Amino acid sequence: MDNSYKSGAEALLHSLHLEGVELMFGYPGGAALHIYDAIFNQDHVEHILVRHEQGAVHAADGYARATGKPGVALVTSGPGATNAITGLATAYMDSTPIVVISGQVKSMLIGTDSFQETDMIGVSRPIVKHSFLVQKAEDIPEIVKKAFHIATTGRPGPVVIDVPKDFTDPEFKFEFNYPSEINMRSYKPAQAGDSSRIKEAVDLIEHSKRPVIYSGGGVIQDDASDELIEFAKLLDFPITNTLMGLGAFPGSDPQFMGMLGMHGTYQANMAMHNADLIIAVGARFDDRITNDPKKFSLQAKKIHIDVDPASVSKIIHADVPIVGSAKECLSMLIQEIKGRDLKINHEEISAWNKQVSDWRDAHGLNHSLLELGPQNGKILPQQVVQSLYKETEGEAFITSDVGQHQMFAAQYYHFDKPRQWINSGGLGTMGFGLPSAMGVQLAYPDATVACVTGEGSIQMCIQELSTCLQYGLPIKIINLNNAALGMVRQWQDMQYGGRYSSSTYENSLPDFKALAESYGHIGIKVAKFEDLESAMKECISLKDRLVFLDVDVDPNEHVYPMLEAGNSMDYMWLGKDKKTW
Amino acid sequence: MKRVIALLMENQPGALSRVVGLFSQRGYNIETLVVAPTSDPTLSRLTMSTEGDEQVVEQITKQLDKLIDVVMVSDLGSSDFVERELMLIKFKKDSFPEDSFDETNIVSNNEEIVNVQIIGTSSELDQLILDTAYSNPIEIVRSGPLGISSDKNTLSIDN
Repeated sequence: MDNSYKSGAEALLHSLHLEGVELMFGYPGGAALHIYDAIFNQDHVEHILVRHEQGAVHAADGYARATGKPGVALVTSGPGATNAITGLATAYMDSTPIVVISGQVKSMLIGTDSFQETDMIGVSRPIVKHSFLVQKAEDIPEIVKKAFHIATTGRPGPVVIDVPKDFTDPEFKFEFNYPSEINMRSYKPAQAGDSSRIKEAVDLIEHSKRPVIYSGGGVIQDDASDELIEFAKLLDFPITNTLMGLGAFPGSDPQFMGMLGMHGTYQANMAMHNADLIIAVGARFDDRITNDPKKFSLQAKKIHIDVDPASVSKIIHADVPIVGSAKECLSMLIQEIKGRDLKINHEEISAWNKQVSDWRDAHGLNHSLLELGPQNGKILPQQVVQSLYKETEGEAFITSDVGQHQMFAAQYYHFDKPRQWINSGGLGTMGFGLPSAMGVQLAYPDATVACVTGEGSIQMCIQELSTCLQYGLPIKIINLNNAALGMVRQWQDMQYGGRYSSSTYENSLPDFKALAESYGHIGIKVAKFEDLESAMKECISLKDRLVFLDVDVDPNEHVYPMLEAGNSMDYMWLGKDKKTW
Repeated sequence: MKRVIALLMENQPGALSRVVGLFSQRGYNIETLVVAPTSDPTLSRLTMSTEGDEQVVEQITKQLDKLIDVVMVSDLGSSDFVERELMLIKFKKDSFPEDSFDETNIVSNNEEIVNVQIIGTSSELDQLILDTAYSNPIEIVRSGPLGISSDKNTLSIDN
């Protein structure tokens, strides 16, 4: 038979190959078996077998975040599909480009409550950018083309392709044609911003005395870090990044104020609150940033650049809304600034920068905690992050789970490059850290990839340790073990009178060193401060092995600063007995 | 404030559920919803009315426009438009309020029951319901309003 004739399953695989897909993550099952047979019979797309479908989607997501290329996951129908849901929601909230292919029962069985049947299109609808239910085998190439186009353009996001088993039948072949381009009348994402808005923005910039640049994940998604740096340097305005935006501007640059928001730095939150101009780029004024939106930065005019028109003026009214890609709009702003005889009040700006610097001196984070040695005989979790930073020379990819350890990593590891910091910011998915690290490590086999986690989060996808052995992934797991769900416990300390409802394990934790060893990896236990740095050195130096570094940290440590709920951004807890009001 | 939003969407399975799902997902109310194919069989036109201030309606239209299957969205209230709704009312023959209707309103009439149809703006229909309440209608069914702008603008992919 002519080679251009393919079954639906072969067409699916070949379409993925033509989209440049080299890796996919998945887990087989009945409805996906024709597809798995087609995988076996080709060598363009490598399939990584995970241990749980949630891991497959997080791994595809981690791959996408680290590379900027779309990640792909393949799951079977029913439980395979529902297990993928948390991963989809994670990618949706952080706008990452992934394509999830789910097997579906045969088309004639749909709606009959057949074995392993779930309405995947219905179940995933609110947490995908778009989804396709394949109606006939011949549609597969065009649907794949559309899915990748939608996932990767505009505001990126996850796309589901649900494929009934009969449309992948090896017995039915059709002439394979892959569309060279796709034109959808209902989907035309904005690129360039409106040039009159760009001029208005620069007018505001010229008149500002207390400006702040506030950038988010959109800058990283759009590979606009170079433009952001040029823009910020041109103006010498103080800059802060959201949790999702860390790395877009070099974390070790003195112009950088650190992260803002719920656990942002004192200087970043104070600057936002007292600003007269906020230039938001690829950020969405999330509630973890604004605190009470009604009290948010009342004196500031807001310029809001975002590729998603629905994000602009959703929470906070934009005085100058600019809809377009971050890269394109920042380039236009830079051009407009360079083309003008820019009248910036340098005296006011340097006084403002001095104010920011005074705030930093007063209550900024202490980045030399390692030098203090043990605190009350214990290791501070922040010290572990600083030791990791030191040992990796700030160049590792860091993935994280969700909780205190995530905030400590965000605060204390200075991310100098975009895509270096990979975490579930929007959905806050515990269990994201290890599988997303697999995606990163497979994309960059020679890089140091560390997963900063806690004993709570790591147990949510711990089964992927087995995947890591199968594919030889030398991830460094840095477990900040405080024997409690730290962030829950912190809230219980602060708001529930120290009543630790279901946030501790009553001596039921596994021996993580032995656990790692039983999965065929190296485990190292650190209980004393004196051993921390040498253990970290050993962990990072074992280039070819997965190392599980289990560090006992002070269970009483809290993450500060912390915004006081229901107030403005200058209401911060700075310590257990220290607050700004 | 009541607002009427009209949109064109791909006439595809699942498209309607995305539109309707968006409203519950984002906490908006749908008061009425009318959907039918257009003269272009690949497109459906959907008219909905909702409650909300300017900012809410702006968010709704933006979020609707973001749906991949939605081709065009128009907040009809942003300029002059004509709104019409169809209502059917069932009365018992012995309590039928003859003075409120004329022959052309009557769509069925037998020994027991009279059914009438009325076309008007939603508020005109609201008023008629109040005016005829004394005659105890036994069933009222409303279509929800359709809308069309009064100027030369059209909701169409051809312009």
